[in-house]
Amino acid sequence: MKLNLAMAQIDTKLGVPKDNLEKHLAYVKDAKGADLLIFPELSLTGYVLQDLVPSVVARPSADDPLFKELLNASKTMDLIVGFVEEDARHRFFNSSAYLSKGEVLHVHRKVYLPTYGMFDEGRYFAWGDAVRAFDTRFGRVGMLICEDFWHASPPYLLWLDGADLLYFISVSPSRGLNNEDTLESARWVEHVGQAYASLFTSFVANTNRVGYEDGLNFWGGATAYNPNGELIAKGPYFDEAITFAELDLDELHRTRSRLPLLRDERTGLVERELTRILQEKGRAF
Amino acid sequence: MQTMDLRINTNLAQTILTGFIRSETNRVGFSKVVLGLSGGIDSALACYLAAEALGPENVLAIRNPYKTSSPESLEHAQLVVDATGVQVKTIEITGMVDALASQIPEMGKLRLGNAMARSRMIVWFDQSAEFNGLVLGTGNKTEILLGYSTIYGDSAHALNPIGDLYKTQVRQLAKAMDVPNAILEKAPSADLWLGQTDEGELGFSYEEVDKLLFLLVDQRYTPEECVAAGFKRNFVEGVLERVRRNHFKRVMPPIAKLSNRSVGHDFLYLRDWGT
Repeated sequence: MKLNLAMAQIDTKLGVPKDNLEKHLAYVKDAKGADLLIFPELSLTGYVLQDLVPSVVARPSADDPLFKELLNASKTMDLIVGFVEEDARHRFFNSSAYLSKGEVLHVHRKVYLPTYGMFDEGRYFAWGDAVRAFDTRFGRVGMLICEDFWHASPPYLLWLDGADLLYFISVSPSRGLNNEDTLESARWVEHVGQAYASLFTSFVANTNRVGYEDGLNFWGGATAYNPNGELIAKGPYFDEAITFAELDLDELHRTRSRLPLLRDERTGLVERELTRILQEKGRAF
Repeated sequence: MQTMDLRINTNLAQTILTGFIRSETNRVGFSKVVLGLSGGIDSALACYLAAEALGPENVLAIRNPYKTSSPESLEHAQLVVDATGVQVKTIEITGMVDALASQIPEMGKLRLGNAMARSRMIVWFDQSAEFNGLVLGTGNKTEILLGYSTIYGDSAHALNPIGDLYKTQVRQLAKAMDVPNAILEKAPSADLWLGQTDEGELGFSYEEVDKLLFLLVDQRYTPEECVAAGFKRNFVEGVLERVRRNHFKRVMPPIAKLSNRSVGHDFLYLRDWGT
């Protein structure tokens, strides 16, 4: 089976979900023929929201004015969007939603909120407390948001939870300009994406936004890797674009026949050793 | 040593910085910028970047000579105008500055220099209104960190494309963008008085201080580690003190907090809010 993936590395308007929604719907039209269209982290709101967070919220259900339109659009192709979620007790999350055939299949709340250096997410968002894979019409999927995949454990957990398709979304600021051809932040994200595809013999696709917010630039450069860790699609740096990738899902069978890393993973050993480590180290972790 | 390698990929820098000028100008409803063109390398580079980002017809370069300014500065500014095709205006500040200076006989050269820098700022913001363009800043990372600028003078602007480039990186990018050799090769000077040079006034070379700042700021070295890396202790301590003492020039003035929500403390929005 083949999956026609489209990654929309868009720019967004800061704190204006209505305008960003319009852009999403336009991209759905442009991506005609795709099975799944992925938008970046916080694609409906912009990134450095600060005190705007409570005013740009959405609830992933059909009675929400933003999601009503997106769910309608998901009848033509599956969608992943990034948004600010407000829960029933008025906590705000940096979330992503997977929409398919007019339904919300899954919502992931960002677990790791970077709060250091130029990042201040922990000041504004509550952290998600779950990493779960879920079933789609193309196979079992895991979604992560930016800092989530800078940590090794969330992709690992998703792999063990059955995900063969890892969809990452991000808003990665350009930084670490040196004499190399690739920015340090881009190099890092590309390295870890390729590493996860290789280590987990899975498909990995990362959609990162472009544009500027005050002095920050975001570098785009969407990437997709196959279970052999090979790059199969790459979007341009810095410019808005849709990058298409045909995922040959039968590649999972071929790669895992050759390289049975999943079969041989010693999960019981991991559990035992992790339990021991946490008991011995106590609160250190 | 890898950690002191300040070289940059100039193509990437050019792409990000021209995009920055376009984005931060257009999103607030402008399509033009104005900038002071001194004849030095920083404003020359900013002018090249702006001309590429917005088109030369949308860039107004302003030359503001004082009566003691070097004629060479005007000529070098003209080289930039000729090469980029930007619009240019020359507005002397001698009358403005001397109107003040003539009333204050004890005004030394430092205060006179600051009065020149602030007079130029008045001209830029006035021309900004006429040309309908934002004022483009031209300060580099070295002078911002060292505080080598006049507050509300050359430091006043709406956006700054080159403020995260050290002086030696400005040179590298300027060279890559074909800024004329006469500008690349001359000794940097604020040209506030005859014979003034940055390096003479600061007491060290940009090449030397850029390496130190790169370790201290970018690589997060401790002062001790900088000494171990080969810098003289009094140089390290002197530069650090300069960075600390001039921090007020890099932040908005503090507002005394009284209410539950105060500008400057917990009223937090980007400037690009809503755009």
